[in-house]
Amino acid sequence: MGIKLENVSFVYEQGTAMETAALREVSLDIPDNQFIGLIGHTGSGKSTLVQLLNGLIRPTSGRVLYNGEDIFGEKYDRKALRAKVGLVFQYPEHQLFEVDVLSDVMFGPRNLGLDEKTCKKRAIDALENVGLSEDYYKTSPFDLSGGQKRRVAIAGVIAMHPHILILDEPTAGLDPRGRDEILGLISDMKKKFEMTIILVSHSMDDVARYVERIIVMGNGRKMFDDTPMEVFRHYTELEELGLSAPQIIYIMNELQRNGLDVPTDVLTVEEAAGEILKKYD
Amino acid sequence: MIKIRELIHDYIKRDEEGNPAGTVRAIDDVSLDVKPGQFIAILGHNGSGKSTLAKHLNALLHPTEGTVWVNGMDTKDVQRVLDIRQTAGMVFQNPDNQIIGQVVEEDVGFGPENMGVPTEEIWERVEESLKAVGMYEYRKKSPNRLSGGQKQRVSIAGVIAMHPRCIVMDEPTAMLDPSGRRDVIDAAWTLNRGEDITIILITHYMEEAIRADHVFVMDKGRIAMQGTPREIFSRVEELQKLHLDVPQVTHLAHMLRQGGLDIPEGILTKEELAQALKKIGKAG
Repeated sequence: MGIKLENVSFVYEQGTAMETAALREVSLDIPDNQFIGLIGHTGSGKSTLVQLLNGLIRPTSGRVLYNGEDIFGEKYDRKALRAKVGLVFQYPEHQLFEVDVLSDVMFGPRNLGLDEKTCKKRAIDALENVGLSEDYYKTSPFDLSGGQKRRVAIAGVIAMHPHILILDEPTAGLDPRGRDEILGLISDMKKKFEMTIILVSHSMDDVARYVERIIVMGNGRKMFDDTPMEVFRHYTELEELGLSAPQIIYIMNELQRNGLDVPTDVLTVEEAAGEILKKYD
Repeated sequence: MIKIRELIHDYIKRDEEGNPAGTVRAIDDVSLDVKPGQFIAILGHNGSGKSTLAKHLNALLHPTEGTVWVNGMDTKDVQRVLDIRQTAGMVFQNPDNQIIGQVVEEDVGFGPENMGVPTEEIWERVEESLKAVGMYEYRKKSPNRLSGGQKQRVSIAGVIAMHPRCIVMDEPTAMLDPSGRRDVIDAAWTLNRGEDITIILITHYMEEAIRADHVFVMDKGRIAMQGTPREIFSRVEELQKLHLDVPQVTHLAHMLRQGGLDIPEGILTKEELAQALKKIGKAG
C-alpha cells in the first residue's frame, strides 16, 4: 500500500506573472516500511512534494493516492490522512507551545478526538521512544536544549501513530552529537514500528549512512530514484544539480585515480577502511 | 585585530515571573588573539559558548568580566559601539532574518546609508560588494526569489559594504544546500585572500575548517584546543570526546593507521591520503 503519485504537477500562482512550476509530472511509489532519503537543491521542489504527500496542497494536475484512494476525492478525510502521514517541519522546536512537555505531545492525539487516557498513553509512549523520561513531563518545552526540543516535536508527531513519517531536515543546526542522536532515534523507530520514513536532507553523508532508497529532485523533476550506491555513482550529475556525493566517494575516487586498487562503491568511512585494509592485508 | 583577555560571560536565568534565578556561565576565562588578515575557525558543539563569544566581537554582548578589544577599541566603551560594529561585521545563520531590502542592491546599500556615506559612494560600495561575493548580476532582483546560499552571500555583501576589517560568521552555512555552502565558503576565502579581511568562521562542518590559519575548539565555555588544522585534526579521539567530528578523510586515515598501516596522523585532504598510501606501496 502506501502513497502513489501519478503524473503530479504543481504550479504556484498559476495565471499570474509570478507563475512558477514547482513540480513537473512526478510519478512516485512510496511503499510501506521503507527508509527513503529525499534530496535536492533549494527550490528543487522537494518541499512542495512533501506538502503534496500529506494533502497540505492540491496538485495542479495528476493524482495523489493513499492506499489506492485519491486524497482529493470528494469525500476523502484529509484530516485522518494527516495523522497517517506525519510531517515534522524544519526547526520543529519553533512550533512547541504548550505549558509542559507532556501536554505538548498530547496535542496531536487530542486533535484526533481520542479520549484523554489514550492521548496520555500515546504521549508517554512517544516520549519514551524519543528518549525523554518522566522527569521531563512537567518541564516547560522552552527550558529544554535544542536537541531535546526537537525530540519533543518529533514525539508530538509520533503520538499520532503515523504510517509514514516525513522529516524535513531534522538535523539542521544540530552539532554532530545532536545529529547522530536524532538520526539514531529515527532509525530505531523505523525498525520498531516498521513505518516508512522520508528523510529530507542536505547532508549526503547522513543520507548515505541511513537510507535504503534515494529520490533526487532537480528543477521540479524526479532526476534519480534508486539505491544510495546507484545514485551516488552519478556524482558529477549530482554536482550539476547543486548537490554532491558523500565525501567518502570523492576520497575513494581520488585514491583510484592515483592507481590504488580500491573500490569506489562504498558509503561510509567504516566500509572504506575495511576495503582498503583488506587490500593491504 | 582582536584581543580577548580573561573573558567571562554569565547569562542571567529567570524564573516564570521573570525574576533573576541564578546565572549560567557561557564563557569561562577565555583569552585569545586574532591577527589582521587571519582566517580563523571556531569549532564546538551546541552550547559550547562559541556563539556567545562571537557576539562579544561586535559588542552585541558585553563582558561580565575581562576585556575584549576590537582593533584596539574596548567593547565596553559605549561611545565606540558603532565603530566596533563597523570594524567587525557579523553574518548570522539564517539569511531570512538578515535581509530587509525589497531589492538586492537596496539591501546591500542599507548599511553604508545608515553610516552616512555619500550617495555616490554608496553605489560604488554596493557594486564592489556584490561583485566580491559573485552576486552583482542579481542586483535588481528581489531577495525573496534567491536561494539560501544566494541570500547569505547578499548578507555578506551587506556587511562588506560597510568596509569592515573583520567579518564574524556564525554558522553561515548551517541552513544551506551543498552548492550554497560551497559558494559562501568560497566568498569568505576570496574576501580573506583578496581583500585581506580577517575572517572568523564559526562552524559545525569540519571540512570548512581545514584551510583555516588557526582553529579554536570551544567546550563548556573554555578554549579546549587550539592550533593549526593539522595539529587539531591529528587529535581524533580528543575531538570525538568533545562530540565533534573530524573530516572524513582524516577519520579514514586514522582508522587505517589503527588497522596497522603506516600513515601519518593529521591527514587533511584526499590528495594527502593518496600520497601516503602510494608511499606504502600499491594495494593488492
